[in-house]
Amino acid sequence: MTKVENNKAWWLVLPVFLIVAFSAIIPLMTVVNYSVQDIFDPYTRYFVGTEWFKQVMTDSRLHDALIRQFIYSFTILAIEIPLGIAVALMMPTKGRGASLALILVAIPLLIPWNVVGTIWQIFGRADIGLFGAMMAELGINYNYASEPMHAWLTVVLMDVWHWTPLVALLCYSGLRAIPEVYYQAARIDKASRWAVFRYIQLPKLTNVLIIGVLLRFMDSFMIYTEPFVLTGGGPGTSTTFLSQSLVQQAIGQFDLGPAAAFSLVYFLIILLVCWVFYTTIMNMQKDK
Amino acid sequence: MSLTLNNVSRVVDGETWIDNVNLSLEPGSFNVLLGRTLSGKTTLMRLMAGLDRPTHGQIMMNGVDVTGVPVRERNISMVYQQFINYPNMTVYDNIASPLRLAKMSNSEIDRRVRETAEMLRIDSYLDRMPLQLSGGQQQRTAMARALVKDSQVILFDEPLVNLDYKLREELRQELRALFKARNCIAVYATTEPNEALALSGNTAVLHEGKLLQFGETAEVYHRPKDIITAEMFSEPPINVVPGRVSETEVTFDETVHFQLNNDLRPLEPGNYRFGVRASHIGLVPHSDDDLELPVQVDLAEISGSETFLHVHNPHFDLVLHLSGVHEYHVDQQIKVYFPTHKLYAFNESGRLVHAPAGLGGR
Repeated sequence: MTKVENNKAWWLVLPVFLIVAFSAIIPLMTVVNYSVQDIFDPYTRYFVGTEWFKQVMTDSRLHDALIRQFIYSFTILAIEIPLGIAVALMMPTKGRGASLALILVAIPLLIPWNVVGTIWQIFGRADIGLFGAMMAELGINYNYASEPMHAWLTVVLMDVWHWTPLVALLCYSGLRAIPEVYYQAARIDKASRWAVFRYIQLPKLTNVLIIGVLLRFMDSFMIYTEPFVLTGGGPGTSTTFLSQSLVQQAIGQFDLGPAAAFSLVYFLIILLVCWVFYTTIMNMQKDK
Repeated sequence: MSLTLNNVSRVVDGETWIDNVNLSLEPGSFNVLLGRTLSGKTTLMRLMAGLDRPTHGQIMMNGVDVTGVPVRERNISMVYQQFINYPNMTVYDNIASPLRLAKMSNSEIDRRVRETAEMLRIDSYLDRMPLQLSGGQQQRTAMARALVKDSQVILFDEPLVNLDYKLREELRQELRALFKARNCIAVYATTEPNEALALSGNTAVLHEGKLLQFGETAEVYHRPKDIITAEMFSEPPINVVPGRVSETEVTFDETVHFQLNNDLRPLEPGNYRFGVRASHIGLVPHSDDDLELPVQVDLAEISGSETFLHVHNPHFDLVLHLSGVHEYHVDQQIKVYFPTHKLYAFNESGRLVHAPAGLGGR
């Protein structure tokens, strides 16, 4: 018996290929194209192999930005995840209070990134901003425009203010999904509040927390707009994260080759960290 | 260890969920709470557990008033309809958790956990996580957690509902055997009359927050105090036919007559409602007293090896519970035989005034 070949089904898959090609593969290949060539104009181009990559990998400015970026991302994760869980645990669960709390918590999420930067730029100024004025009242010589540490802390604080609600909302939805009988059973077992959190709530939150951590890691690793508006990456290079470096290189200096190589490395770092994180969590769950 | 509820009511937002319940449960007894959904079974259990406080009334344990004592300070266990276990603890740790919280020594914990697990036949899964088990095994784990500590009261809130038929029967039998040796009070809520009958012990029939009747299961089944209890405690519900008793005969709906037999002779002349169990009406006469009734078939509902035959005559509907598979088509004319000596009679206010003799019970 001969097998009847019917290739018509490929036509059905074609739209997906087209969409993926235009949304991901073609833009990405453009970057790959630039990263291995030196292009002056459409007719003048030289293949340079891995030269841009070598240059990027040994660029100490980028190393610094990368380290700064990791410190920043892990700092905000270390603050936002526990804080988000805590906020979610404290939010009321029923009645008018619940809706009100949801709206109040969600407000920062509705504000566009550049507006957030502008808000904090004004908020933190000692002369016209509440926060700045408050710090001055407390006797702290707070100035994010001249003190690197202050600038860095302000960006962290801004991110925590902007994105903790996302973690809180994710956790809140996770907590609501736990049936009431679990809490009853725990009361009957005479379990403490901590035991309820440790053995019922936290395990049931694992899945939303994975999403929360991944989202917050990726987002914070790509942070650009807020420091750009607030400090422009300064003072010095204290708030110059990877995206800023990239833009400075690509647009400021028009070094498209190294910028493209850098983009690819940047992309791979995010992919790698997320993959490591995801598989670690999954293995941890499997072992249990 | 006895548990007594004195005039217990619970009102939530102006709605009465439990209405003046008086109930006394003996040490070592197995008690079934039978009632439809929303009849107040779970609410009553929560009151017994101390998860909620009654609006009125008093709850006594061993003669001591525990109405205001919160659940944490009582010694009870509860098993739910859902399979409630700690998701990231092994089966062993799950079963051990109440004992660890009670600060028991490790060797004692180990002994008890293994003993209970063996009893519930989950001893080979002690290292697994609950979600790696089947539904039945998950529920066994939850039951083991409830049984491992020496609770004074163990509450089962429809624990077998989410299991398949076969597992349900198996677990039900084991459950009954497990309690034979114990001296604690078991309370078991169910919506199914047949489950109450299978579990035996005592049965309390609940309806709309009221306790209709409480007593030995067989007694409640054979001598329901009133018409609602009789309807609640039979599956399919008992057939109710309005009728009239005169000096010499019984008349159903002005049309069907039969001679007043010895059974029914004590009844005063007047209007009654007669109950007859679906399984007592037959397709062939069982005795000379049986009343032949021409009826029309509405529906033959075949369930496993049983048939529920819904029929009607011009005046009333009947349901027959037949063993075996019987196929009829709609509107088919057949004759059924009405057992005149197996009738329950309820007076106009619904109280039982006559129950058939020789069916068991008292």
